[in-house]
Amino acid sequence: MAKLANLTVSPKGEKKLVSQFEETLKTVEVIKELNTEGVEPISQVTGLTNVMREDEIDEQRIIKIGDYFKVKAIFNNE
Amino acid sequence: MNKLTEESILSLVSKLKSKEIFPDDIMAECQANIIKFNPKINAFITEVKPEIKGIGGLLLGIPYALKDSYVTKGIKTTVGSRILADYIPQYSATVVEKLNNNGALLLGKTNMDAWGHGASTENTDFGIVHNPWDLSRVAGGSGGGLAAAIASRMCLFGIGEDTGGSIRNPAGWCNITALKVTYGRVSRYGCVAYASSLDTVGPTAKTAEDCAVVLQIIAGRDPFDATSSNHEVSDYVGGLRKDIKNIKIGIPKEFMAGELILAAAKEFEKMGTTVVEVSLPSLKYAVAAYYLIAPSETSSNLARYDGIRYGKDRSNFTFESVRRIMIGTYALSAGYYDEYYKKAQKVRSLIINDYKKIFETCDVVLAPISSESATKPGELLDDPVKNMMADVYTVTTNIAGIPSLALPCGFTQDGLPVGMQLQGKMFSEDLLLRLGYHYQQVSDWHKKIPDL
Repeated sequence: MAKLANLTVSPKGEKKLVSQFEETLKTVEVIKELNTEGVEPISQVTGLTNVMREDEIDEQRIIKIGDYFKVKAIFNNE
Repeated sequence: MNKLTEESILSLVSKLKSKEIFPDDIMAECQANIIKFNPKINAFITEVKPEIKGIGGLLLGIPYALKDSYVTKGIKTTVGSRILADYIPQYSATVVEKLNNNGALLLGKTNMDAWGHGASTENTDFGIVHNPWDLSRVAGGSGGGLAAAIASRMCLFGIGEDTGGSIRNPAGWCNITALKVTYGRVSRYGCVAYASSLDTVGPTAKTAEDCAVVLQIIAGRDPFDATSSNHEVSDYVGGLRKDIKNIKIGIPKEFMAGELILAAAKEFEKMGTTVVEVSLPSLKYAVAAYYLIAPSETSSNLARYDGIRYGKDRSNFTFESVRRIMIGTYALSAGYYDEYYKKAQKVRSLIINDYKKIFETCDVVLAPISSESATKPGELLDDPVKNMMADVYTVTTNIAGIPSLALPCGFTQDGLPVGMQLQGKMFSEDLLLRLGYHYQQVSDWHKKIPDL
């Protein structure tokens, strides 16, 4: 799991982590006993969908150099 | 004499306008308190010497502090973690821009559990925060530094961040007033993410009135945060004095409401409200759902901190954060996703429905904030299950997205503060603040200050 999360765990911390990990899992596992058949999962509470911004240039968000504006480089320096 | 730090924001603003006092006077008091008390409390990670400038603004000359989870242009922003110990942002959070544009003066960035991971401000790389009411105890968390700073009058107000109780838990343990807003009420732009579907930005101050003044400025849609809401911003300050007669207050029978909470309910009844019993049957599963959703989202949000472009590498995460990231990684991994993360999202629906039902029979819910008063260092940090359970009364509102106002409601026999919370429907901040304002007209818990 640590590898998957790109984390390094010291051998000393490993033992404590394993036991705390198990304890935590045991605590959250109570949700398994709840019957959620037919219940829709919900990932956010705003009620907003497909929030778009106006298709306008926001002058505040562009870095201007004279009459040009800055974009990410597509060629290397060399 | 003086003690400007005991006055309300509105009173100070009017005195500043009439030139009865000057910004330097308030600042001098706050800075004197920081010099005197901060060495004992450790509320600040970074102190800022503000430049008093500007000619206008609703908060002109009012000093404030920020939980160190908000990016501030040119000012170190650590989120309580060694990973960002030297990180200097190139822009400021929307909430910071709004306050500064209104003349508020930033005094410093306050200590917190790293990434918001904690309920005691022990999981910080900058030393634990000591509770101003008892220095041998913790201040609560994750925003312990901010709550302690306001309790010891180092600033007039502050901005906290609440994902599962991080504004309200320390408010209760430090005897101050603080608001967890409706999800989307205040822009999260520039707030370092803990769990994006739960994070909220809210005011912390001495009174409900002060919180209303601050919310008035920071609330509203922000084009930089697509989850911020277009919902109309109420007149929070103007609405405070409106009548509260016939408001129905519900107390969920699943909550262990102690003597002090019940005494507060009696006070509300005297003011013409009615108190009824309601039920939140899914409470038992709320902590579990929260401790699957929040770690899952944090494992994803913190995946970007690899030290390549900025910050230090991943070996600098604290033990507590490592565990949370790993639990989240586990809950999201193939084969376990349905069993854990998706299941938790279904439980989230059930909790939302429970609240919908509750608000058919009452206008607000009165609840405890914590099941105990401020703990000693080590009590929570060394016991992950206890640490999780400390959030049992606060996480439900984040899961449902609804607002909740934390208010002082008394003291334990040992002299430790006890807080309560008023929870309401989506975007009912005006009602919560109004109830809080009325309660604080008939009670003086919020006026008590620690003997430091």
